[in-house]
Amino acid sequence: MTAADDALELPRAPVEGRAPSRLRTVARRFLGSAQGRIGAAVLLLLFLLALAGPSLGKWSYTDKDFTAFLSPPSSEHWFGTLQTGADVYAVTLRGMRKSLVVGLLAALVSTALAAVAGAFAGYFSGWTDRTLTWGADLLLVLPAFLILAVMSPLFGAGQWVLFVVMLALFLWMITSKVVRGMTISLKQREFIQAARYMGVSPVRIIFRHVLPNLSSLLIVDATLNVSAAILTETSLSYFGFGIQPPDVSFGTLIADGSRTAVYAPWTFWFVAGLLVVTVLAVNLVGDALRDAFDPGSSR
Amino acid sequence: MAAFLVRRLLNYLVLVAVAASLAYMLAAGALDPRSNYADRTPKPPPAVVDAQLTALNLNDRTPLFQRYLTWAGGVLRGDFGRTVTGSPVNEDLSRRAGVTFRLVMVGLVCGSVLGVLVGAAAAAGQYGWFDRMSAGLSFLVLALPVVVLANMLILLGTLANERVFGHPVFLVSGEYSDGLAAGFWGTLSDRLQHLILPTVSLSVGLVAIFSRYQRNAMLDVLGADFVRTAMAKGLSRRQALVRHALRTALIPVATYFAFTFGALLTGATFTEKIFGWHGLGERLIDSIFTNDVNTVAAISCVAAVAVLCASLAADLLHAALDPRVRAV
Repeated sequence: MTAADDALELPRAPVEGRAPSRLRTVARRFLGSAQGRIGAAVLLLLFLLALAGPSLGKWSYTDKDFTAFLSPPSSEHWFGTLQTGADVYAVTLRGMRKSLVVGLLAALVSTALAAVAGAFAGYFSGWTDRTLTWGADLLLVLPAFLILAVMSPLFGAGQWVLFVVMLALFLWMITSKVVRGMTISLKQREFIQAARYMGVSPVRIIFRHVLPNLSSLLIVDATLNVSAAILTETSLSYFGFGIQPPDVSFGTLIADGSRTAVYAPWTFWFVAGLLVVTVLAVNLVGDALRDAFDPGSSR
Repeated sequence: MAAFLVRRLLNYLVLVAVAASLAYMLAAGALDPRSNYADRTPKPPPAVVDAQLTALNLNDRTPLFQRYLTWAGGVLRGDFGRTVTGSPVNEDLSRRAGVTFRLVMVGLVCGSVLGVLVGAAAAAGQYGWFDRMSAGLSFLVLALPVVVLANMLILLGTLANERVFGHPVFLVSGEYSDGLAAGFWGTLSDRLQHLILPTVSLSVGLVAIFSRYQRNAMLDVLGADFVRTAMAKGLSRRQALVRHALRTALIPVATYFAFTFGALLTGATFTEKIFGWHGLGERLIDSIFTNDVNTVAAISCVAAVAVLCASLAADLLHAALDPRVRAV
């Protein structure tokens, strides 16, 4: 996609001064679009809220207010309280922090996996390609939710890093197919051939020449994987297969909230709303990045 | 074409076999049926527990591979073994499969048809109000996980029942009302009332995905020469769009069909559990909590077969829409 378009695009002679750097062009295009600006601002706010927000409230997420069970939002409890007396504001921010961390890490790991697996499959055709493609097909056949749910007894309390790795293991397949296709076409390009004839080792070629040329695809993919990971984590935790108590995340909070939502709407809507806003902001950023990286973009 | 299909089918069969075996090994390794007996009063003697687990082929003292061989031998004869309570898995699942099949099919048809139509309409009026609105809505929907959406629908449904209709219109629990004797039309309307919200929660995500894909595919062909030629030879814009552009643009979308099917199955699992439909998905979640290894393995096997049937259907659909594939 990008590589082919790059080749077709005629080199534009800079009108005056130096040619603008790639990074600056992308940043200008990204910030020039409304969705990019809104998405980035909202995401920044959410991160600030997740990191600094808990210290603003009076309650910590482990506190229980035994004078107020299931009470509506007030000046004492900004988002109200749960059935246990826990402060919804504190618990929600704690859950958001966990969900964001899980989402970011899972996205990074899965994109790295997709890049390496796809590039190796595309560069070394033959049995490496066949094995990796077959492995990706196998993982695509089994619904990720099913396998992760079956494995959930292994993620005991505090084992969330293992959970992140498993989550990442089910997010990389489709991207790796795209990376594989683009690597096959990159392999024919002169600069790769030149490197090969100079005796550069294949692994070095992949990491120094192939992957950097796919960086725009990978950055966009990593961004969109964050939202995919957050959504998967929410669904798993909702049914008790993901983050285990005493840890909280969006999923466990939504599961608790949905039980009392009919007569205590604040236990459900604040968490659900924050989840939707988070995912929406990440998707907006991803979409704006994709447009900004697109060489065919007019701006 | 026939050779291509046979090769695909063989490849799929191997994939199903490996996937099912992997699922069994995972389930047998991660779940612990022995713990089901731990908190019973009076505590059964260990020898009895062992004998019972061995009879069900769930004993963790038997080597995993041996248990796998027993299970695989049964599956080859069409027998998925017994649940932790001793009843046959086949009977239980075949009753539930119908429920899931109905839900998934209705969701799939609603989702894909509506999605394609919305995408085509959005592309036909690019940057118009409908295009912008559908883009915004699908962005919002893609940020809503099924578990949240289903709960929101239940809340909004009950609110609408109370405030707008005054009597229950949207029924949010189960597939039909128990012991209802209202004749054919009464039963049908009861089923439809139960069906509306689960179908919406399942298909809204599909509509969002398919409409995006269809819009992009449609925009790619709208400027193509053959559409211009069709209009130049006297077809109206509408005719040219429906007969030529829509059909051509369906080809790439058909390939996404296979990818979304797995997501649809997962979505059906959530929907069943939340709306209380007694289908396979509900069973899956319950059986993980009861350490029911054989049921989990059987459902994984069914899911793998379903996903591969969907990709085979996508291949066939591709061939039906694209003459170039048939020629090879």
